[in-house]
Amino acid sequence: MSKKYDAGVKEYRDTYWTPDYVPLDTDLLACFKVTGQDGVPKEEVAAAVAAESSTGTWSTVWSELLTDLDFYKGRCYRIEDVPGDKESFYAFIAYPLDLFEEGSITNVLTSLVGNVFGFKALRHLRLEDIRFPMAFIKTCPGPPNGICVERDRMNKYGRPLLGCTIKPKLGLSGKNYGRVVYECLRGGLDFTKDDENINSQPFQRWQNRFEFVAEATQLAQEETGEKKGHYLNCTASTPEEMYERAEFAKELGQPIIMHDYITGGFTANTGLSKWCRKNGMLLHIHRAMHAVIDRHPKHGIHFRVLAKCLRLSGGDQLHTGTVVGKLEGDRQTTLGFIDQLRESFVPEDRSRGNFFDQDWGSMPGVFAVASGGIHVWHMPALVAIFGDDSVLQFGGGTHGHPWGSAAGAAANRVALEACVKARNAGREIEKESRDILMEAAKHSPELAIALETWKEIKFEFDTVDKLDVN
Amino acid sequence: MPFKSTVGDYQTVATLETFGFLPPMSQDEIYDQIAYIIAQGWSPLIEHVHPSRSMSTYWSYWKLPFFGEKDLGVIVSELEGCHRAYPDHHVRLVGYDAYTQSQGSCFVVFEAR
Repeated sequence: MSKKYDAGVKEYRDTYWTPDYVPLDTDLLACFKVTGQDGVPKEEVAAAVAAESSTGTWSTVWSELLTDLDFYKGRCYRIEDVPGDKESFYAFIAYPLDLFEEGSITNVLTSLVGNVFGFKALRHLRLEDIRFPMAFIKTCPGPPNGICVERDRMNKYGRPLLGCTIKPKLGLSGKNYGRVVYECLRGGLDFTKDDENINSQPFQRWQNRFEFVAEATQLAQEETGEKKGHYLNCTASTPEEMYERAEFAKELGQPIIMHDYITGGFTANTGLSKWCRKNGMLLHIHRAMHAVIDRHPKHGIHFRVLAKCLRLSGGDQLHTGTVVGKLEGDRQTTLGFIDQLRESFVPEDRSRGNFFDQDWGSMPGVFAVASGGIHVWHMPALVAIFGDDSVLQFGGGTHGHPWGSAAGAAANRVALEACVKARNAGREIEKESRDILMEAAKHSPELAIALETWKEIKFEFDTVDKLDVN
Repeated sequence: MPFKSTVGDYQTVATLETFGFLPPMSQDEIYDQIAYIIAQGWSPLIEHVHPSRSMSTYWSYWKLPFFGEKDLGVIVSELEGCHRAYPDHHVRLVGYDAYTQSQGSCFVVFEAR
């Protein structure tokens, strides 16, 4: 039936609130936490979110009658209370697949978290979760290699990988920087990492760093007989420079490069990830700026969405917080989104913050990276929380060792292997953490000194963003 | 008074990946790790190589992977058999996971004599 043009302003809920709608398998589903302005009905606010993040605009327009807008519109199909919160509610919105360009995370986010976040009828808005339909997932490139391929390339099996960021993070010359890399890797780490702030500054231009780091990793590999790598940060001010750095890392025979996916942007990230797939390079992903977006419990984007987006855009390792270290993140929530990085199917589970069943199909998994303010006493908890498909990174906990970085690295490696061995033998490593570490220290003076050095350091602050539960 | 530094010297060690930083395992400790592999539903697999080639991707299989083997004693005697046949080789035990096509566990049981 054709419709008549009726100029004016209609209530959003007349068009975009459809509580009888049954979402299709091909729909992209989103859950928003909505806090409206006082006095605006929930249905109207929720419908406005659906409209403003899809086909709607504030006024009826004649040109919408040129198409079948019912086919393209987003719909709010459910509203739920937020446990323990009277002013906010969850709005579930279904978007038809055709609203999004194939394989473009950039396009998805431009729609879902675009203009709608500045909408005046809202006080706050937070994107809690997205259910990506399989039909969309199959158009995304995903991780360039994935967990299985990374293990095979690096020859690391049966345990978490061990890394550390080079410190001080700014101000070292290329040669001094390479020295620290060499010390860490000869001491038993698998990887070292460029700090995210390191790009190509006056004190250390990128070619210079890449060359010294390549020599350091090569040397450590020869001396230890184990595979080694350093995440060479290719994040740059333009895509052209980013690719130039990536090409040079490959030329030097390096196994892995690095990108900052939020400051660099999803378009750059997807491009670099495709380059990595084509060129046989592993890709480590940093997440600078995430806390600006994900930390406020009522506004922004939850990190589980940013983690899902990264898996689709591409990366082999992604930072996830540590639960136990100096940075924000509670245990259940973290477990919820590391599942999204690594599993092929993640069921809806509100106790972990997952609002939808999420089928990942054949998409490879991403290593979860725990980094920031962790030291050797945290090792048993980290192994228990993160499991084997993770990279545990100790910065201060490596370089801060009284004997230097090599001994610090060895202490962490001994502790890690002692925890894995104990876990495999059926011991409860979190409960018995002290015994396991003290036993291991009997054979390792490096570990004994590390345990003494960091025995009193704790970071026990309450998390700002908690799961919504009664 | 001569100056005495409290800083120790860390000597680089050549290691063979996982568990390379722990002291050699006792027989009971090795049994625990084999039991873990079996309990995970992985297939035990034994590989060996001459130390000069230890960094290569492919070590030689000892026989074939022991698909579906649940008997700890069988794996122990196969490990010993491999070690007797190749005393100058490293021998490692793998817990092969066909679902991920990866190794859920992998460590050297006998270092070359």
